Order: sequence, then C-alpha cells, then structure tokens
Amino acid sequence: MGDPETRTTGVAQAMDQQRVIRPYGDTTGDGRVQVSFTLPVPSGTEAERALGEGAALQLAAKMGLDPAMVVHAKAIGPDFTFFIVYGRVSHLVDLSAVTVAEREFPVLPSAEVNLRIRAALGRKLAVVGACVGTDAHTVGIDAILNVKGHAGEKGLEYYREIRVVNMGAQVAIPALVSRAVAERADAVLVSQVVTQRDAHLFNARALGEAFRDVRPRPLLVVGGPRFDPSAAGALGVDKIFGRGTTPREVASYLVHALAPEPAGAHTEPASAGTGRAGARA
Amino acid sequence: MTAKLGLDPAKVIEARELARRAGEPVTRMARTHTTVSIERAVLRLAGLDGADADGMPWVNRLTDAVREAAGLEHGVALPAWDAMLAGGHPDLRALAEQAAAGQVKFRIPDGRDAVAAREAAARSVQAGLAKIDAQRALRARMITDIADPPKPWIYLIVATGDIYEDIPQAQAAAREGADVIAVIRSTGQSLLDYVPEGATREGYAGTYATRENFRLMRAALDDVSRELGRYVRLTNYASGLCMPEIAALAGLERLDMMLNDCMYGIIFRDINPVRTFIDQRFSRQVHARAGIVINTGEDNYLTTADAVGAAHTVVVSQLLNEYFAREAGLEDWQLGLGHAFEINPAVPDSFLLELAHAQLVRELFPDAPLKYMPPTKHMTGNVFAGYLLDAFFNLCGFMTGQSILLVGMMTEGIHTPFLADRDLALENVRYVRQAAGRLGESFRPEPDGFVARRARLVLDEAVDLLRRICAGGLLQAIADGTFGVTKRPPAGGRGLDGVIERAGGYFNPAIVALEGGV
Repeated sequence: MGDPETRTTGVAQAMDQQRVIRPYGDTTGDGRVQVSFTLPVPSGTEAERALGEGAALQLAAKMGLDPAMVVHAKAIGPDFTFFIVYGRVSHLVDLSAVTVAEREFPVLPSAEVNLRIRAALGRKLAVVGACVGTDAHTVGIDAILNVKGHAGEKGLEYYREIRVVNMGAQVAIPALVSRAVAERADAVLVSQVVTQRDAHLFNARALGEAFRDVRPRPLLVVGGPRFDPSAAGALGVDKIFGRGTTPREVASYLVHALAPEPAGAHTEPASAGTGRAGARA
Repeated sequence: MTAKLGLDPAKVIEARELARRAGEPVTRMARTHTTVSIERAVLRLAGLDGADADGMPWVNRLTDAVREAAGLEHGVALPAWDAMLAGGHPDLRALAEQAAAGQVKFRIPDGRDAVAAREAAARSVQAGLAKIDAQRALRARMITDIADPPKPWIYLIVATGDIYEDIPQAQAAAREGADVIAVIRSTGQSLLDYVPEGATREGYAGTYATRENFRLMRAALDDVSRELGRYVRLTNYASGLCMPEIAALAGLERLDMMLNDCMYGIIFRDINPVRTFIDQRFSRQVHARAGIVINTGEDNYLTTADAVGAAHTVVVSQLLNEYFAREAGLEDWQLGLGHAFEINPAVPDSFLLELAHAQLVRELFPDAPLKYMPPTKHMTGNVFAGYLLDAFFNLCGFMTGQSILLVGMMTEGIHTPFLADRDLALENVRYVRQAAGRLGESFRPEPDGFVARRARLVLDEAVDLLRRICAGGLLQAIADGTFGVTKRPPAGGRGLDGVIERAGGYFNPAIVALEGGV
C-alpha cells in the first residue's frame, strides 16, 4: 500500500464493490471531512497564533487528516482558541466490518398495534413510565407517552389498547417497582436525559436490579439521547432506545415483544419473534 | 412601544379581568394557609442560618420541633419567640439546637406573653428585611455607578455542579457579552424540602442553590461588573418545595432575577398545586420587596404542548402570572414573563407565527421585561440548521422588542454547551443585533395580514380558555391538563403535607411587614 498509485487503484476497486469507502466531499473517495475543536492555547500575538495553528494541524494529523487545513481560528477569551479544520482522512471504512444493532421488529401503524394487542392479550397492554432518580427532564418520556407525542406521531396514550401510567419526573426506583406491580404493568418505560457522572447508566442498572426478582417481570425499556442502544444486556434491561425514537417505534416494539403474532400468520422474517422478550411473553 | 397588531382594547381588558377572576379563589386560599417553607423563611429572615451535623438546616429543625409540639396553625413565630423569651436563649440558633435536642417546650402564648413574642419576632424579622432593603439600595447604586446594559439583556446559563467551576465560567461568559448569568440548579433540588448549606461542589446538571453559593457568585459578578463597566445580573430559581426560603435568601444575597412561576412546579415537577400557590404568593412578596425581577416559565409548556396549538395557553398563563404577581406586590418592571420560539420549523410560515406570538406578548405586557427563550424542541442535532434557527430566534427577539434574550445553543439537546458553542452563540446574537437590531422600528405588519390576524386569533383563544377556567376553577383546569398537557389534581403531587390552614390568631411578622410596607 506504499505506492499512492496502487493505493488509489485499490480503493477504486474496493469502492466498486461498495465494501470499502471513504468520506465524500465532492469526488468519490476524496476523503474530505470537517472537524472543529477548541484548544487551550492563546491567540493574542502573531507567534501565539502560529503556534495555535500548528497545534491544530498536529491534532488533525494524529486524527488521520492528511493533508489538513485550518480554515478558521478564533480566540475565545485570553486562554483558548477555536479551530475549524478541513482535511482528507487517510482511513478507510470497511462496510463488511461494521456492526449494527438491527431492528428485530417491524414498525406498525397504530391500528395494527391495537389489533395485535387485542388478539394476543385480550386486554389492554399496561405501560408504566417515569423519569427515575434525580432526572427531572420529562421531555423524553412525555414525547413517547403523552397523547401529543413527538415527531408528528401520537404518543402511547393515543393507542386505544395501551393503558398508560406516567409517573412523571424524579421517581424513586422502589416507587416505580411498586407502581408497576400494582398496575400489573406489561412494560416499564424509563427515560434518562441527565448524563452527568453517567447517572443514566447508573439508573438503568439500578432499574434492572430492582426488577430482577419481580414476577412476572415487566418488559424493561430504557430511552435517552446518550444511551448506546446495543448495551441493553449489559445494563440488565430488555431494550434501549436512543435519540430520535418515535412513539410508534416504541409501540411496535412492545407489540413485538409482548403480543406476538400467532405462528405462521406472518411471513416476513424480521417479525418472526426473534427477540428475547418475545419468547418470554 | 408602538401598537402594531390592532388588538381590541376591550378584549385585552376582558382578558385581564378573567385572569383576576380565575386567580382570586387561589389568592384567598393562599391568604388562609401557610406552609412549612413559609415558616422557615420567617426564621431565615430573622437570621437563623446553618445546619446540624447531618446537614439539616436549623430552620427545619426548629420548625419541625414547633410543629410537633404546638402546631404551625399560629405560625412558627409566636411559639418560637415565646420559648426564646421564656427560656432565656441568647439567639435562634441556641433555641434551635435545644429544640432539636428535645429540651424546649413550645406553646401558643396569650395575653402579655403573646404581645412580647410578637414584638420580639417582628424586631428580628425587621432586621432581615432591612438587609434586603440595603441590598436593593446597593444594587441601584451599583447600576448608577457602573452602568446598566441596554436591552435586550443577553442571558447565559452556567451549570457545572461545582460553584468553584461556575465562577470562572460565569465571569468568562460575562466577558463574552452576557448581561445575565443564570446558575441552573441541581435537578434534584426542587424536590428537597430543605435548602442545602454552604458552598457546594457536587450537583447533577446544575449547582445547588445555597446562600453561600449565592454570595460567592454575586461577589464574583460584582468584580466582573466593575471590570466590564456594566452591571451583570445574577439569576437563580425560586421554585420547588423551598420557594419561599430561596426567595428570602435571594433577597439577602442580592440576586437580581429569580425564576418564579405560578404553575411551573405543579406541572413539571409534580409539586402539589395548593402548596405551590401558597408558597408562590409569599415568595413573590419577598421578591417585590427585594426589587428582584421574576422570570416566569411559560416557555416550558411549549416543550410538551404544540407551540402553535397551545400558543394561547402561554398567554393565559402569562395573564395569570401577572395577576398573581401584582397581587403580591410586584410592579410591572419586575415581571419577566416568559415565552419561547418553539414552533416546528417544518410548519409553513413558522417564522411569521413566531413573530405574531412574540409581538402579541410584547403588546399585551408593554411594561414587562419579557423573557424570550430559544428553540429547544426542534433542535435536531443538525448543529448547522440549529445555528440558523437560533439566528431567526434572535431576529424575532430584536424585531419584537423582547427584553431578556436567553442565548440559544446550536448543540441544544446534545450536551452541556462547550466553550466554543457559547462563543458561537454569542457571535450569532452580536451579528443579528448589529445587522437588524433596529428592525423593529420599521416592522409594521399589515393591519389585516397574516401576522396581525394570527395574533388576534391567539388572544381570542386565550380569552375563550380563561372563560372556561373561570367557569370550572383554576385548580380544576390544572387537573384537566390545560397547561403543558399534564394533568395535576389538587390533592396530588409532593408537599401537600407541608400545607397548614391558618388559625384565627395566626401571626407571621414577615407577611405583616411585607403587606404593610414596613
């Protein structure tokens, strides 16, 4: 890979097969990206500005940007400088090595969600939601639960066959457990926005712990902008939803996990009850 | 301020009248009840500070002891000062320590003992109010000596959790152009039924509101105000279960603005509605005395409700906040009524709708220092689009003469703002101010054009909703989910156990002084 000629040819061949790619600026394979960052360096004098720009370029080079160009540098107060850098990344992205948490369920229209619940449960599906711990940011849980919903989709309260109990903000986990038991909750939804000192991870683990011995244990669903959706198992919950999740996705997941279709009724493989929770329901 | 929307003056009068009618029953309730936090605020004004070894404030210890022994129906002052005089305790702190150890007997005094207790209590509380008066006078003097920044005041938030990190950040923000620094509280604090003590370095998504933190930050901003040649204001939160006490501490430590909404705690923190309205009245009486500008929280409704469909609920809440504030003695220059730029940018004519709403609020409350909040709900993570949206927010704010402009961050909803985020946000404000700061002078919506018609429609809807609230009562409207699409029944939420109906002989030296103007 030492010779640029060979390297370019190799990349072009790889890209033909759509296996290995690079960022696209205005030409295939040009690898052009933009980054911005602040360094704790002053930019008062000519010498300081030169040093700062050099520092920014050194960082860019270590990030794999070669060549890189500082297109903007601006002092923020006496001690800091903000940089915008454009450059060409030398890295390749191997699509065959990318891992994604695939969605194991189809997104259903609300009418079908209702239908499936009626058919499978013969009663309303009970959902208890809360922001736990010190988190007072109900925006997430409300967006999913409130009739008003989010992103043009109505929240779970809107679904005729879902009964929603929204406990609101700053709910203690033991209170959530007893409410979930009292309401015979099929699922518990917890939203965590505050991430300072990893409070969201701490609370998610605490949630899994608290419900460990509850029988029947409700489905545990956690959501928040800073969660890694693939970390459900590690945190001891059934499902994690990340940023931008809509109520319909959550409703569809609940149905997938708790109200599976009768075997053979559906031919689409993605909905054939592959989820852990589906087996338990 | 020039009227531009052709609002019907009779309609505006009717709206205010309906708000008064909706609020009056609540005011009556506030006049006939007290809360544990109001009683603790009396002790704070009388100079009782500090906490026991477990960090529980002495005001809590003393109030709890009095409540247990004699009840709080007559207020904390009568039994507390009676016990002071009877037991020869040198001060409230000594009394509180003895009371916490179970060494004090409390009773409701009568006759000459009651007179003596009342006089002693009034003297002590008067000393606290005198401190608040002195702080207000000092603020006025500093503003005269140093200079008041022109409006809109640029409002920036600091929230590290550590007061000693907050201070340099706040000073840096002031140097970058902030006229108002708000120290966001730790998210857990609104539900604490006590005010933590001392300088604090641990908080979640914010820094605890404590008297010492207030003092440290105000002193730091005094320094930077002198350095910059403009008075930089400090804001905190008089909300949650300790609203009255925090209002008292804010007055004592010369905070300049306080978040203080008549319904926010009910709707967004699930604090009991009755507790909130009672606490709110007292806290506003203290704010009135301290010359503090309150900031109301209507912007929050639009984070849960739709900003177009629920626009009139913002106006209704502002009218209610105005009624409650004036009733408690606040003047119009102290009413930082809130609203927000939260319409989905995908809605056609969204900017025209925002203009209509912002101008409507400006015209309804011509003398109020309106607080305008930037977009949060439709900040998608596309920081470039977000920066544009913030520019339109800034433009709307300048065009409609908003008074306090909270600076929008393009990284809203992603993380606590980086240093560079804040710098870019201020650059956005500066550009819009320089390019179009005077656009309002030349902005004349067509008398029957889209903007004017929309504003009049929102006012009509607000009046309709106020009529319905008057018919069923404000507490019922809150229980029905009228505001912020959240239902809060009068008996629900936290803090109802801290509400006490006043007895015939109820005595509160702070309320006597605040209502009597002495």
